[in-house]
Amino acid sequence: MPPDGHHPHGHRHPVSFDPTVTDHDRHEPTPLPGRPFRLGIGGPVGSGKTALTAALCRALGPDVNLAVVTNDIYTTEDADFLRAAGVLDPDRVEAVQTGACPHTAIRDDITANLDAAERLQERHPDLELIIIESGGDNLTAVFSRGLADRQIFVVDVAGGDKVPRKGGPGVTTADLLVINKVDLAEHVGADMTVMVADAHRMRGDRPVTTQSLTRTPDAPDVAGWVRQQLAVPLGV
Amino acid sequence: MPTIRNGLAVLALADARLPNGGHVHSGGVEQAAASGLVTTVEDLREFLYGRLRSAGFTSAVFAAAATHAAANGEVDWLVLDAELDARTPSPAQREASRAQGRGLVRAGRAAWPSPALDTLVAVTGRPHHPLVLGVLAAAAGTEPWAAALVAGYQSVSGPSSAAVRLLGLDPFAANAVLVDLSGELDRLADTAAALAHLPPGDLPAPGSPALDLLAEAHHHHHREEVRLFAS
Repeated sequence: MPPDGHHPHGHRHPVSFDPTVTDHDRHEPTPLPGRPFRLGIGGPVGSGKTALTAALCRALGPDVNLAVVTNDIYTTEDADFLRAAGVLDPDRVEAVQTGACPHTAIRDDITANLDAAERLQERHPDLELIIIESGGDNLTAVFSRGLADRQIFVVDVAGGDKVPRKGGPGVTTADLLVINKVDLAEHVGADMTVMVADAHRMRGDRPVTTQSLTRTPDAPDVAGWVRQQLAVPLGV
Repeated sequence: MPTIRNGLAVLALADARLPNGGHVHSGGVEQAAASGLVTTVEDLREFLYGRLRSAGFTSAVFAAAATHAAANGEVDWLVLDAELDARTPSPAQREASRAQGRGLVRAGRAAWPSPALDTLVAVTGRPHHPLVLGVLAAAAGTEPWAAALVAGYQSVSGPSSAAVRLLGLDPFAANAVLVDLSGELDRLADTAAALAHLPPGDLPAPGSPALDLLAEAHHHHHREEVRLFAS
């Protein structure tokens, strides 16, 4: 069945049931007036989620009122990372314990993350953006639409250029796929052309961005994409 | 033993998949594992038995009392909530109970909304988990006994699952240990249901100093270290 839902025998279905069609989610979250935009950042361990979060805080922080919920295994080192980077007041960071199941905390039972987001809202009533960084997980981990309004999935070149080809809901359904650490491609024998082509093939018309935070520490492309999302009212 | 009415609600409330945030609480198992107190399935058996008889019983008694109160209308939720505070000496445990109560309120508002739930939240702010559970059980049309059963079961099912995740225990063996508590859980639910009508101050108050100490140690020692569970 084509992605527009037209059926050969004369009627149409509101959604496509063809698993090979990467159709957009038609069940957009309900707009909730007065609630900050919630952006999920997911991806495998070590792909650069925390570094991207820090970069976004640096790039957006001066003019967007933002805070961060981290699901990463949390030690003072993580807090120090954001503090030392000078990007975020520790008061704007909430850590969530995931009970050793990072995907559960962002997908099946989002309670702990919603609680953390609400605590940030109570402390900073004028928040515009809450970045929710997932714990490092596998390619099947995606954010519930009840938790994240939009989500970014981060994979890295050093994890192997076959990762986009493997697919999984993270790669195929995230609102933005970021291929990170492209500066390492030549050192790990990764073929960027193949990697990017695979990513586009798996994602249809959904956007793919490549970046190296070594070369562009403020993640200008991703920051620009986030600004676009913030400019659109939720649910539109 | 009573016949369970509205069994689906009872099963859903007891289900580990109920999205109420329970999966991030280990009920002391994370600290017990870190301290070397629970390392094997046999250790887990002893731990769960003790937890069911103490924290589990307290939780079951207050869940049953809340179901009874919600069904009969006349209750001072602040008093019931405060009496559970008084039976929970560890601040970390009180916080864990209120955090799970908040999560259950969120799930309950979507699945079993009721005026009693609204009143409970309006009066207490962040009610203890067993009170929320009891009120939801009443809204679902079931009895204090079933609320006590769920509360007692949850007092050991979550910690058992946490032990599997933290220690890599054989899940079949851990499940068998959990199921061995069946008779104890029935007796506990019977007792809790029989006491549900008592004034809050007269409800039982079993102590579990070891669990209190584990909860406090978890809170203090793990602030600077990796913590995978909230309690």
